[in-house]
Amino acid sequence: MTSPLPKPIIDLTGITKSFGTFQALKGINATINEGEFFSLLGPSGCGKTTLLRMIAGFETPTDGTIVIAGQDMAGVPANRRPTNMVFQSYAIFPHLSVAENVGYGLKTRKLPKAEIAQEVEQALQMVDLGGLGSRAAHELSGGQRQRVALARALVMKPKVVLLDEPLSALDKKLRDQMQVELRQLQQRLGITFILVTHDQEEALTMSDRIAVMFDGRIAQLATPEELYRRPVDRRVASFIGVMNFLDARATGRMNGHLALDIPALGSIELPSAQVPEGLDLRNLETIGIRPEMLTILFDGSEQTEHVVRGEVTGTAYYGDMTYYSVRLPGHAEDVTISMRNTAGRSIVPPGSEVPVGWGADSIVLFQ
Amino acid sequence: MLTGERRQGLALISPTLLYSLLMLAAPLVMVLTFSFWSQNYLELDTTLTLDNYREAWSKPIYSTLIFRSLKISLIVTLVTVVLAFPIAYYLSFHVKQRKALWLFLITVPFWTSYLLRVFLWKVILGYNGVLNTALKGVGIIEEPLTFLLYNANAVVLTLAHAWAPFAILPIFVALEKIDRSLLEAAEDLGDGPVRRFFRITLPLAMPGVVASTLIVLIPTVGDFITPKLVGGTDGLMIANMIQIQFGKANNAPLGAALALSSMLIVASISAVIFLLGKRFGGKVQ
Ligand SMILES: Nc1ncnc2c1ncn2[C@@H]1O[C@H](COP(=O)(O)OP(=O)(O)OP(=O)(O)O)[C@@H](O)[C@H]1O
Ligand SMILES: [Mg+2]
Repeated sequence: MTSPLPKPIIDLTGITKSFGTFQALKGINATINEGEFFSLLGPSGCGKTTLLRMIAGFETPTDGTIVIAGQDMAGVPANRRPTNMVFQSYAIFPHLSVAENVGYGLKTRKLPKAEIAQEVEQALQMVDLGGLGSRAAHELSGGQRQRVALARALVMKPKVVLLDEPLSALDKKLRDQMQVELRQLQQRLGITFILVTHDQEEALTMSDRIAVMFDGRIAQLATPEELYRRPVDRRVASFIGVMNFLDARATGRMNGHLALDIPALGSIELPSAQVPEGLDLRNLETIGIRPEMLTILFDGSEQTEHVVRGEVTGTAYYGDMTYYSVRLPGHAEDVTISMRNTAGRSIVPPGSEVPVGWGADSIVLFQ
Repeated sequence: MLTGERRQGLALISPTLLYSLLMLAAPLVMVLTFSFWSQNYLELDTTLTLDNYREAWSKPIYSTLIFRSLKISLIVTLVTVVLAFPIAYYLSFHVKQRKALWLFLITVPFWTSYLLRVFLWKVILGYNGVLNTALKGVGIIEEPLTFLLYNANAVVLTLAHAWAPFAILPIFVALEKIDRSLLEAAEDLGDGPVRRFFRITLPLAMPGVVASTLIVLIPTVGDFITPKLVGGTDGLMIANMIQIQFGKANNAPLGAALALSSMLIVASISAVIFLLGKRFGGKVQ
């Protein structure tokens, strides 16, 4: 995204990891670029932490190679790798002051005292903790500890910063604020960040690219926009945001169009450009459509390509948005439709029959 | 006024509190009182005097004994703690399964009485003891070695063996409490195993090391069974002298002054060790 020719900094090839008979990672291939904000996203237990710890050097792969900055990391211990980690628990040394924590790694590098002090203060200012160097570790709040952990990693000027769910212990408001700050800091410094998270919103807002993992495999590796718009399968689709799944059947392919029969919505033709490559039409059983791509048509609403009629069965009010559950004819489960609450638009009560508008270009096909 | 909760708390601890007051404080007060009295042949002269302390602090025999006691127990403490640390470390960091079994095995020596264990060393180190017989049997020595028993070394050996489990447990607990991600963080920041040990593991284990040190040091200074049984005349310690004063010499006031003096010295040494440990361990909360 940032530069036309991305330069790889980390190459993961055929990584597997077994704990006894349990296979935690089942063949990971990925390339992470210099200066990229890269996220590993997936449900609990899918192997994100294991992969991150392998890059840091705390676990060794059962099979496969990790190359960082052109160097094969096999046999290179964690203390000699050009990576630094922000631990989930922050791992602030309890017997050292804030400044001693941040300067810990510089001391190992045997830099002169004055230089260490200067770098530490700079790093602390970078994370908005300027002047707090003399504080003891236990005098810090959760958010401050998180910042100290970050400063401690950044001060080492690593090629790659590894972050294992760094924001999960913070409250919602602080987390939102830190998401923005982390992203800005990363862009300013141009250091590669690899973030582990199970929060899809966090991954979407912060990352250049995201690897979505399930069961020790990468299901999809793409930009946030692509992930949201073109999830490759149902699992990815339901993990990233909300997706309505509707039964569908391919009825034919003709002059650059794919004919689909969707009982809930009707028969349509999709332009071939919208059909993923290598899609086996015989296996096509479901299509997806996002809640915001379905619209309840009010008087004077913009016209949409297609209209079906549905019945409102429930509403959930979110302030700026209202989520409707709507029953469509020919579909067993209710679909979710999100509508922006604009001035003068009241909420449709359950039981009302409403026209639902949609467009063919919002149909998502899965491999 | 006492709140309900506090009253309940006091009620809960009061039997123990009363018991320890009676068993600890009362004898202490008695000894303290005695030390300011004096012995007039068979009677106690209850006029207050500092004579006992003057004698305890000026006669060379007493200071020799105190110094020897301190030396022996400091060596015992050093040996015990230095040997206990690797065992505790191994238990905490390298034993993955059956930790409980290991801890259980460490307590096995407690199954026999202290006195028996001391006797055991007598049997091992004696003139016709196990060690000498064995060495003679394989032909390494002609005559039995006499420097094994009835000296300060024998006291050190016996005490170190007796107190080892007490030293292992506090260190083990302190090591167990160290968050393993701290060690990974140190490694991540460039430390090799040795640097990491001295910068993270040891400082964070310091409370356990100090506890072990004090647990071994304080009682060994006042031990009188071991020196009496295996110490000979070279291995006699201050507690033996105190016992003599209360017993054969029939000078309880002097014994009391000696006891309180050595208590004071041990307390000051303990305080110094505690502060040093705190300093090295940093500001652990
Ligand atoms: N040292 C280990 N021994 C045995 N199994 C392990 C070990 N470490 C991880 N696992 C297993 O490997 C799988 C992946 O673990 P990992 O910690 O990478 O998950 P994760 O994706 O980070 O999950 P979470 O979001 O809950 O942190 C889990 O099923 C876990 O039980
Ligand atoms: Mg994890």
